[in-house]
Amino acid sequence: MAVCIAVIAKENYPLYIRSTPTENELKFHYMVHTSLDVVDEKISAMGKALVDQRELYLGLLYPTEDYKVYGYVTNSKVKFVMVVDSSNTALRDNEIRSMFRKLHNSYTDVMCNPFYNPGDRIQAFDNMVTSMMIQVC
Amino acid sequence: MDASEEPLPPVIYTMENKPIVTCAGDQNLFTSVYPTLSQQLPREPMEWRRSYGRAPKMIHLESNFVQFKEELLPKEGNKALLTFPFLHIYWTECCDTEVYKATVKDDLTKWQNVLKAHSSVDWLIVIVENDAKKKNKTNILPRTSIVDKIRNDFCNKQSDRCVVLSDPLKDSSRTQESWNAFLTKLRTLLLMSFTKNLGKFEDDMRTLREKRTEPGWSFCEYFMVQEELAFVFEMLQQFEDALVQYDELDALFSQYVVNFGAGDGANWLTFFCQPVKSWNGLILRKPIDMEKRESIQRREATLLDLRSYLFSRQCTLLLFLQRPWEVAQRALELLHNCVQELKLLEVSVPPGALDCWVFLSCLEVLQRIEGCCDRAQIDSNIAHTVGLWSYATEKLKSLGYLCGLVSEKGPNSEDLNRTVDLLAGLGAERPETANTAQSPYKKLKEALSSVEAFEKHYLDLSHATIEMYTSIGRIRSAKFVGKDLAEFYMRKKAPQKAEIYLQGALKNYLAEGWALPITHTRKQLAECQKHLGQIENYLQTSSLLASDHHLTEEERKHFCQEILDFASQPSDSPGHKIVLPMHSFAQLRDLHFDPSNAVVHVGGVLCVEITMYSQMPVPVHVEQIVVNVHFSIEKNSYRKTAEWLTKHKTSNGIINFPPETAPFPVSQNSLPALELYEMFERSPSDNSLNTTGIICRNVHMLLRRQESSSSLEMPSGVALEEGAHVLRCSHVTLEPGANQITFRTQVSIDCPWSIYSTVIALTFSVPFRTTHSLLSSGTRKYVQVCVQNLSELDFQLSDSYLVDTGDSTDLQLVPLNTQSQQPIYSKQSVFFVWELKWTEEPPPSLHCRFSVGFSPASEEQLSISLKPYTYEFKVENFFTLYNVKAEIFPPSGMEYCRTGSLCSLEVLITRLSDLLEVDKDEALTESDEHFSTKLMYEVVDNSSNWAVCGKSCGVISMPVAARATHRVHMEVMPLFAGYLPLPDVRLFKYLPHHSAHSSQLDADSWIENDSLSVDKHGDDQPDSSSLKSRGSVHSACSSEHKGLPMPRLQALPAGQVFNSSSGTQVLVIPSQDDHVLEVSVT
Repeated sequence: MAVCIAVIAKENYPLYIRSTPTENELKFHYMVHTSLDVVDEKISAMGKALVDQRELYLGLLYPTEDYKVYGYVTNSKVKFVMVVDSSNTALRDNEIRSMFRKLHNSYTDVMCNPFYNPGDRIQAFDNMVTSMMIQVC
Repeated sequence: MDASEEPLPPVIYTMENKPIVTCAGDQNLFTSVYPTLSQQLPREPMEWRRSYGRAPKMIHLESNFVQFKEELLPKEGNKALLTFPFLHIYWTECCDTEVYKATVKDDLTKWQNVLKAHSSVDWLIVIVENDAKKKNKTNILPRTSIVDKIRNDFCNKQSDRCVVLSDPLKDSSRTQESWNAFLTKLRTLLLMSFTKNLGKFEDDMRTLREKRTEPGWSFCEYFMVQEELAFVFEMLQQFEDALVQYDELDALFSQYVVNFGAGDGANWLTFFCQPVKSWNGLILRKPIDMEKRESIQRREATLLDLRSYLFSRQCTLLLFLQRPWEVAQRALELLHNCVQELKLLEVSVPPGALDCWVFLSCLEVLQRIEGCCDRAQIDSNIAHTVGLWSYATEKLKSLGYLCGLVSEKGPNSEDLNRTVDLLAGLGAERPETANTAQSPYKKLKEALSSVEAFEKHYLDLSHATIEMYTSIGRIRSAKFVGKDLAEFYMRKKAPQKAEIYLQGALKNYLAEGWALPITHTRKQLAECQKHLGQIENYLQTSSLLASDHHLTEEERKHFCQEILDFASQPSDSPGHKIVLPMHSFAQLRDLHFDPSNAVVHVGGVLCVEITMYSQMPVPVHVEQIVVNVHFSIEKNSYRKTAEWLTKHKTSNGIINFPPETAPFPVSQNSLPALELYEMFERSPSDNSLNTTGIICRNVHMLLRRQESSSSLEMPSGVALEEGAHVLRCSHVTLEPGANQITFRTQVSIDCPWSIYSTVIALTFSVPFRTTHSLLSSGTRKYVQVCVQNLSELDFQLSDSYLVDTGDSTDLQLVPLNTQSQQPIYSKQSVFFVWELKWTEEPPPSLHCRFSVGFSPASEEQLSISLKPYTYEFKVENFFTLYNVKAEIFPPSGMEYCRTGSLCSLEVLITRLSDLLEVDKDEALTESDEHFSTKLMYEVVDNSSNWAVCGKSCGVISMPVAARATHRVHMEVMPLFAGYLPLPDVRLFKYLPHHSAHSSQLDADSWIENDSLSVDKHGDDQPDSSSLKSRGSVHSACSSEHKGLPMPRLQALPAGQVFNSSSGTQVLVIPSQDDHVLEVSVT
């Protein structure tokens, strides 16, 4: 499934980032950070159209030899970035979309928690993210 | 757009291909009309209706006319489409019956038989009619007769297969008409033939594809078949359709590879799993790479061969379709995909071989695109191509590392062997690029040839990539490539060049708060600064790293040791000091002053204890810790100090500093928290609630525009003054974590500019605010003390006492508080209650002292013993003199009160005691040993539930004797239904106007009561007869009343009146005719 899942604040600092423990965490941090370039580009390029269609899924941000990086942006400009192993051919666009929707729902739950301070790093995400990283299609 | 740059190889698969049409019969005749025919045929487009629901297309037809030979007709089973003759034409200009019978008919029959033998039904007979020829002949039959004969003989029910072309070489309207009709016929027949033959071909192809699960099926064979179709579409200039054929082949192959990975292997796929032996990259300069095509045909192609060939065809077609950017995008996908597929199929690949292949392919694609686009187009589409540039850079880098071209010493023999192997796999350069100076092949070969050449090529590529990323605003990507470059420079021992890239990247990560990249980049930067000998910068970076929790303990210790080692070195240049910011070493957690107000007399001793949180991983011995005291002497310093103290200071002299948060971006960090408050807005007239809501007090702070530029600025520090007031503490070891350091020093304040002593304003701030109140229940009395914690700290309260400091012996204060220990949290209140008890006549006033012990709730600060907190107060006139009881009765004969109907209000005022000391005032009158006093009552309903009808207030003469009772009747009207609270009954002392003790009076409120102005009539019970639905007696007062001798009202102290009916409610039911509205129309 996903090898790295990140939630990034409107100001582009990470609210939450987690990767599979077997891999080098730093690599994914760099990858997710770099992918923000394309997120920004996509948001500004199709900004208006995106709002009109209420399309939050940004699609494939950029492929690398080993990974595919996908993006999603909420209405409040919080970004979700998901890194998937390229060899995982079972993951099609639809699966990625539904994973992002799940992530969005969990994020909404976090925001609804009265003890959560918007903008703080998210703590209570691990269970859901773990399920998305392990679950096999 | 034409791809062919050099003479095309002599193969039939070229763009010069046209559908083949054979010509039989009179060759000379055909030769004479051929120029016109070949020119006219493509001029008009024709609509091609497609099978399988595909959209019709307009198509310009061209044909390759060849002489008819039997060999041209495809034999049974031959799948070739390109060489397939789509139409056969027989040309004749015969107009003579004899000639027809003698030769033409036989010839035609032979021709027809050959066609029939090959079951070809696409034919046409053209009879060219020539006026000039006719004139010379004598036995001329009418034209029609020959045509009719031919039609009769050959065109069985297909009369349209025989057409007449009249005077084709003349320039007349008749000729033109004849040509048009002929061309239309020709086009129609050609398209019919296409539809039929392509349809048949596609059907065969599908059948073949359906057999793909059968054991003997070969992908290569199928590939050739479907490609044939693609060729035909390409020949017909239907590039979109041709591309679809290749995309289908691409998808089919990909699916097989995926299935193979899933364990479902096809036999033929093993051919593609041969070890990779050649990695010469994509070739995109010819429309068709025949070499690769033949290897596929011979089933000898490797996976890279097949993929390369397939992509070269897709590229050609995409360029025909003018979609060069799609080529770039697809190329990147293809390269990634190939790498993945080789992994999936577990194909053995020599190290570096794929890097070569990818590098060559990236450059080939880029050069191909550059070859067909102008500069402006390329510059505005960098976003599409930059991925390939970046990928090529990455691959060249890894080749450089692999071949020992990045190390300081250069490649060793092993590296050289590997380089030779890699170059061998490239083979010889392809002829089509042999004359190109900058071909990918030459670049790679050169880059791998020497350390210097590699550096040149790698730097060129990196700089180009960074520049492109920067130009399209992909700053993060640019910084990331820059970091690779920095790594390269570090390997090349050129830290001065690496520094700028590392700093740039670090700045970017800091601005956006990415902790791990910050740590990693800082580590690289530390190494760089160390090599550069930038001691100060290096130590500063080291201090940040030593306190960085993302590093391992070992790494942190290393950086901490670096600083300590430097500190222990004897300084070679005295006077040179390296100053590092403190925040990375340790954080100030709190300051503790003793005495707690931090104010001492001149010559006094002030003890300052600071808590430092050491961020270092190991205990650090500190020679000296110095606190610089910064005096700010300015105007209004007294007020500023007071402000500061209320803001920061807590009791017992502890000032807390919140710990710094992790490296958040400053913009986010500086946002204040929401300050939300409840808001109630009451009507000014009767205090009823109008609106309520929540308001945000600091909305101007929250919605302020964030200055992006200032986000990295640090607050400017206070400049250190040499010899300023300093507190020192020597030889301290700071353990990791919290440390307490005590400074004990004598402070004397000298005023260098004045010989007089300075007056210092002291501000004390108390931790608590205390209020008291007297509570009554009939004649029983209670004292309530409320302690409110004003500070930021939590406290523990204990041993609360309330004592009477007067000497009234018969008074007893009985505590009703259960707990002896009670926590009081910051900004919260705690209540204490005592009951007052007495046996004899109570004293008119009571002096009380409340005391409570307190200590901070947090345990570590328990050592401080504090005096109990005390609060003194006085309670006066607390004895209940009057009991007021109000009751409302429904109108007689009714069970309940109804809205709108008058009810009676009965007020009972009872005196509870005999004459007391407190009664002795000017209202008291004495006659025959009987005392009486004047009271005023008033019925007010602030909640607008009742309308008081008739009089609402009056003055009564009250005998001063226990159990004396006064009963008052009034009329009130309920305005609403429901359980309504009773209106308030207020009682005042009515002082006659000759009173001289005006100081006792509440001068503001009660004298200006217009209901009292009628008092001059001397009536004891002045009525206010107006209906006061709103219940206010403070109506407008005219200024002339002031100055006149007026009776005065004095509110009875709260303790003296007890309202026994407060809180009771009366049921009011709605009246039936509530909804009837009378309307009179005149």
